[in-house]
Amino acid sequence: MEITVIRPVLEANSKLAEALRERFAQHGVLVLNLISSPGAGKTSLLERTLTDLAAEGLRMAVIEGDPQTDNDARRVAATGAQAVQINTDGGCHLDSGMITEALASVPLEAIDILFIENVGNLVCPVEFDCGEDAKIALLSVTEGDDKPEKYPQLFHRAAVMVLNKVDLLPYVDFSVETAERHARRVNPELTVFGLSCRTQEGLEAWYAWLRKAAAHKRSGQSA
Amino acid sequence: MHEMSIVTSILSLVREEMCKHGVTRLYKVRICCGELSNVVPDALTFAFEALTAGTELEGAVLETERVPLTLRCGACGQVFAPEEQRVLATSCPVCYECFGHVVVTGRELHLQHLEAE
Repeated sequence: MEITVIRPVLEANSKLAEALRERFAQHGVLVLNLISSPGAGKTSLLERTLTDLAAEGLRMAVIEGDPQTDNDARRVAATGAQAVQINTDGGCHLDSGMITEALASVPLEAIDILFIENVGNLVCPVEFDCGEDAKIALLSVTEGDDKPEKYPQLFHRAAVMVLNKVDLLPYVDFSVETAERHARRVNPELTVFGLSCRTQEGLEAWYAWLRKAAAHKRSGQSA
Repeated sequence: MHEMSIVTSILSLVREEMCKHGVTRLYKVRICCGELSNVVPDALTFAFEALTAGTELEGAVLETERVPLTLRCGACGQVFAPEEQRVLATSCPVCYECFGHVVVTGRELHLQHLEAE
């Protein structure tokens, strides 16, 4: 017997993601899904951001996804922000089921921004909706300016591309113009920030974007 | 690597559908996956065999059908199949615009049909 079905394979994840999105909206929490290669600086960007923005009163929490260890959660927790570690046990991405579980220890009513630090990988995390408002693609200048061309799907679906480690530009063959051009070819609306977590240059523009996005999300709640 | 979790999702849909239709023996599952679905068919087959081995579904075959990429031009609205698959920024055959195209097909990842008794 032939049974015709036509059901999205990731249906279960999509349903959970929608439920998460509703919960986040109820609390007016901005949720950002950080995606990059291992070593691009996701945790460093969070350490800086959490430290600097907490000083002006923004309340933030982080869900950390790693195949092993809680090193990143400890680094994040050292800033005073709440961090929940998910060990994927070798898995290459986070999904909405894992986020739902992790939320048991995140007080949504007491935060403005929730960062999801995905597993370091430019491919798989793109496919799994975690209920976020936006995907943030983080690329460091030591990785090569051809990444947006090689991994177009991430840059196509991200709202923001953060170029990290710009202090190293004099020492590497990375053209910011090339990276931006390739990324904008697949996503003309992409917002791009060049910054360095080490020297702190360029961070202010990223913070301004975060403040605005968080305020926008919060106002959606009262509207 | 994420093919393992995709196959896990496929198998739970398959079991649900089999139960719904009162069948117990699975012969074939067909999945359609778009060029942009980030799924490697061979890896899917491999994961399917690994995850069905030793279960009531052992011996069933997974077939994948590729759905080609088609785009709607960001400038003139023409729907076209790019010459090079998986390339989002490519020139429109009508107005030559290269940027801002919308994906019409190619992102699918669907369970399409089952053969079972």
